[in-house]
Amino acid sequence: MLSFILRRLAVAIPTMLILIVISFVLMFAAPGGPFNNDRPLPPEVLANIEARYGLDQPYIVQMTTYVWKVVTQFDFGPSFKYRDQTVNDIIRSGFPVTLVYGFWSFVVAVTVGVSLGVLAALKQNTWIDYLAVGVTVGAQVLPNFVMAPILVLVFTLWLGWLPGGGWNGGQWQYLVMPVIALSTSYMASIARIMRSSMLETLNAGFIRTARAKGLPMRRILWRHAMKPASLPMISYLGPAFVYMITGSVIIDVYFSTGGIGQYFVNSALSRDYSVIMGITILVGALTIGFNLLVDILYAWIDPKIRL
Amino acid sequence: MLLEVQDLKVTFTTGDGPVNAVNGVSFGIDTGQTLAIVGESGSGKSQTAYAAMGLLARNGTATGNVRFDGRDLLHLSQNDLNKVRAQEIAMIFQDPMTSLNPYLRISEQMAEVLTLHKGMSKRDAVTEAVKMLDAVRIPDARARITMYPHEFSGGMRQRIMIAMALLCRPRLLIADEPTTALDVTVQAQIMQLLGDIRRDFGTAIVLITHDLGVVAGFCDRTMVMYGGQVMEEGTTEDVFARPVHPYTVGLLRAVPRLDRDDGELQTIAGEPPDMSRLPAGCPFSPRCSIAKPRCEGTRPTLVHMSDFMGQDRRRACHADLSEVA
Amino acid sequence: MLLSKATTAAVANAADRAQTEGRSLWKDARIRFFRNKAASLAFYVLIAITLFAIFGGYLAHWDNETIDWPLMGNVSELGGPSFENGHYFGVDDLGRDLFARTVQGTRISLLVGIIGALIAVVVGTLYGATSGYYGGRVDSLMMRTVDILMAVPFMFVLILLLVIFGQSILMIFIGIGLISWLDMARIARGQTLTIKNKEFVEAAVATGVRPMNIITRHIVPNLAGIVIVYSTLLIPSMIITESFISFLGLGVQEPDTSLGALISKGASQMQYGVIWQLLFPLFFFIITLFAFFFVGDGLRDALDPKDR
Repeated sequence: MLSFILRRLAVAIPTMLILIVISFVLMFAAPGGPFNNDRPLPPEVLANIEARYGLDQPYIVQMTTYVWKVVTQFDFGPSFKYRDQTVNDIIRSGFPVTLVYGFWSFVVAVTVGVSLGVLAALKQNTWIDYLAVGVTVGAQVLPNFVMAPILVLVFTLWLGWLPGGGWNGGQWQYLVMPVIALSTSYMASIARIMRSSMLETLNAGFIRTARAKGLPMRRILWRHAMKPASLPMISYLGPAFVYMITGSVIIDVYFSTGGIGQYFVNSALSRDYSVIMGITILVGALTIGFNLLVDILYAWIDPKIRL
Repeated sequence: MLLEVQDLKVTFTTGDGPVNAVNGVSFGIDTGQTLAIVGESGSGKSQTAYAAMGLLARNGTATGNVRFDGRDLLHLSQNDLNKVRAQEIAMIFQDPMTSLNPYLRISEQMAEVLTLHKGMSKRDAVTEAVKMLDAVRIPDARARITMYPHEFSGGMRQRIMIAMALLCRPRLLIADEPTTALDVTVQAQIMQLLGDIRRDFGTAIVLITHDLGVVAGFCDRTMVMYGGQVMEEGTTEDVFARPVHPYTVGLLRAVPRLDRDDGELQTIAGEPPDMSRLPAGCPFSPRCSIAKPRCEGTRPTLVHMSDFMGQDRRRACHADLSEVA
Repeated sequence: MLLSKATTAAVANAADRAQTEGRSLWKDARIRFFRNKAASLAFYVLIAITLFAIFGGYLAHWDNETIDWPLMGNVSELGGPSFENGHYFGVDDLGRDLFARTVQGTRISLLVGIIGALIAVVVGTLYGATSGYYGGRVDSLMMRTVDILMAVPFMFVLILLLVIFGQSILMIFIGIGLISWLDMARIARGQTLTIKNKEFVEAAVATGVRPMNIITRHIVPNLAGIVIVYSTLLIPSMIITESFISFLGLGVQEPDTSLGALISKGASQMQYGVIWQLLFPLFFFIITLFAFFFVGDGLRDALDPKDR
């Protein structure tokens, strides 16, 4: 198990480094520094500021210092635009919000998706199956940025049941629409993957053996079919996680949750490089960590993978 | 009769219309007896067995009469059918690579049969399973029972399947092409093992195969199937020595033999039938060398040949016996 | 956005058939495709959308930039869809004709989808074919690189790219195209591994054809089936990606527009009683995606009859 994790980390670390290098190269290649505003600063003031942020150092030194601080102190440095805030402050205030509804979206997508997919497979060619397939096909064309306005239109403007935005400490009324908007299309993908892999598994020889052994359907499903049928779904969880983190940007912006995505877009629009980079690297690290978890889960289920 | 099948029909609903895989098959097997069902792939021999066990694919339906020890298997409730399966009729399959669950340890797969059907504790069940693995001559069974299927060879897996099938001491074992996927040397070992089982446990065996060589020294009776129908049936010796159906004649001629030098090996001309478009008459008529117009028009029925040299034989053919031989 | 494993397997299967069974397969596939009602309907819808995007401008009474001043002050009451004043889809918040804007948005979304997919397919196929053809250490190095790149959250990098180099359509083409070739590279590599051992490739190797020529002349053409199916499924996900970025205001900039930008505009205006500003672009967005998905699925099934 340990060597398996180590081998995975051997891939994870270069990934992280590549991400950091890409971000840095892009930033260095940017025309003009972060302090070249509409109103140009006097050269000596600019030089002063750049010295304070260490921007007068050679690129390689800047990069090494940055990586060193991130790795040893988890310090992403100061924001270039908000003078009194560090990137860490911004992450600290925005990240918990995104994490809360992101977590619930993930739970909803997986539980609803898996149940729907399994149910559809078990009741193949009945109305339940058709309904499930219809829902998954429909949800395919409803990405988060389409779901969000539709939900607000229905539940806020027409029915007046739910607030159209805000966070309010994460009360459930404020959670419902972000969670549905973010989870719908991934729920659909998971349901589709689960349905087809369950159908395939139920046709497998070992399921026929289990039936010939006189096992009741319930036991066949849980004990014999569930593990192999969920493997394709599990390998989709990694990408789904990336898409959800990406989608959270839309949710944060559209519902004004105060989550990390809102800071990301604002910084992008105001060219606050240090914040953009801090968030990108954080997201990259999370993604890699999550993929590692998924790999371990996969290896734990599939005995054919040597640990 | 232990198992009695009458006029069994199996139909699959497919996108291209219904496919009649089995068309009115009847046979029976007594306690402790061995019966071979012989035919090419697609002849309906496996589906006959699956239908009897209620193991048809989801789009398949079976009609007719299947009686096991007086109980009507086709109309048993799911619960009762589950009790019959494994406890009284067990089945082993062609491909030992896919018929064991690759995600569960052998111990779990074997023990669950006993905990479920016999109410044993997990520990007793595993002990019993180890005994059974010893019986099918798996070396070092006690240590290896906690392994996963992929850690065994094909022949070993088939032994495990057989051991698992025997756990509840069933009265009937259906073996669906048990040696087809195995190496020749391993084939012989498995057949030897099945023979020992019949002797030691008194289990009746239905052996489904396309390999006449496997049948010869093993089965009391042989039934030849083609196009979802029974072509002929009789004691194995008799069927091999005096085939009464042109298809059987062709099959026997296609077996390579060392003890006889009859020059070139003969094959049966033509293709196996398309089960979704069977001819109206005898399914074998398009490939039969002695087919008459009558053979194409009307389907021959399976009849007893009471006067056939004192033997219990059945056959379905319009042709005179003299023409066949 | 991601092709499921099953799809990949089916596609690989289809492609396998494509090379082994030769020309008649394409004819067979065409017959099977048009027998599939949903897929053929989607195909005609797709043609209609394309015609709308290309020639829709000629039907419009107004162009996409002219502001209809009399309506501007009171869009919610006067700016709705109407045949009398020639605004078939109404006007947007600035009093511009929404019909003309939708034509323009559909055109740009389609362009981004097609060109993005094209870049992804060309880069991915060549990369995957090269990797698979050379095999050994080259292969493992190239594929390890793909593995590493796949774990990078690319939307964030893409946004970084757009912020730094300016939000132009060209940048979006490049950015989206460059992040989507990874899947294609993997599929193409897998296929190449099987094609590599076929006789016609061995014959080419034996007669001394140079590796690059073998890849472009012999391997890549035999990937055609899989590439076609994959592209039709890739285009809608490109359109979604572009719309995503435009929804955030980081994509195409005024006066250009895309379906995503129009949906974003409509969504921000809908509380003022101008719901048509959301619904018309949304309708075109949804049917375009539907059409592509159904055509893609139909093609896959048509090329892989085993799958039913």
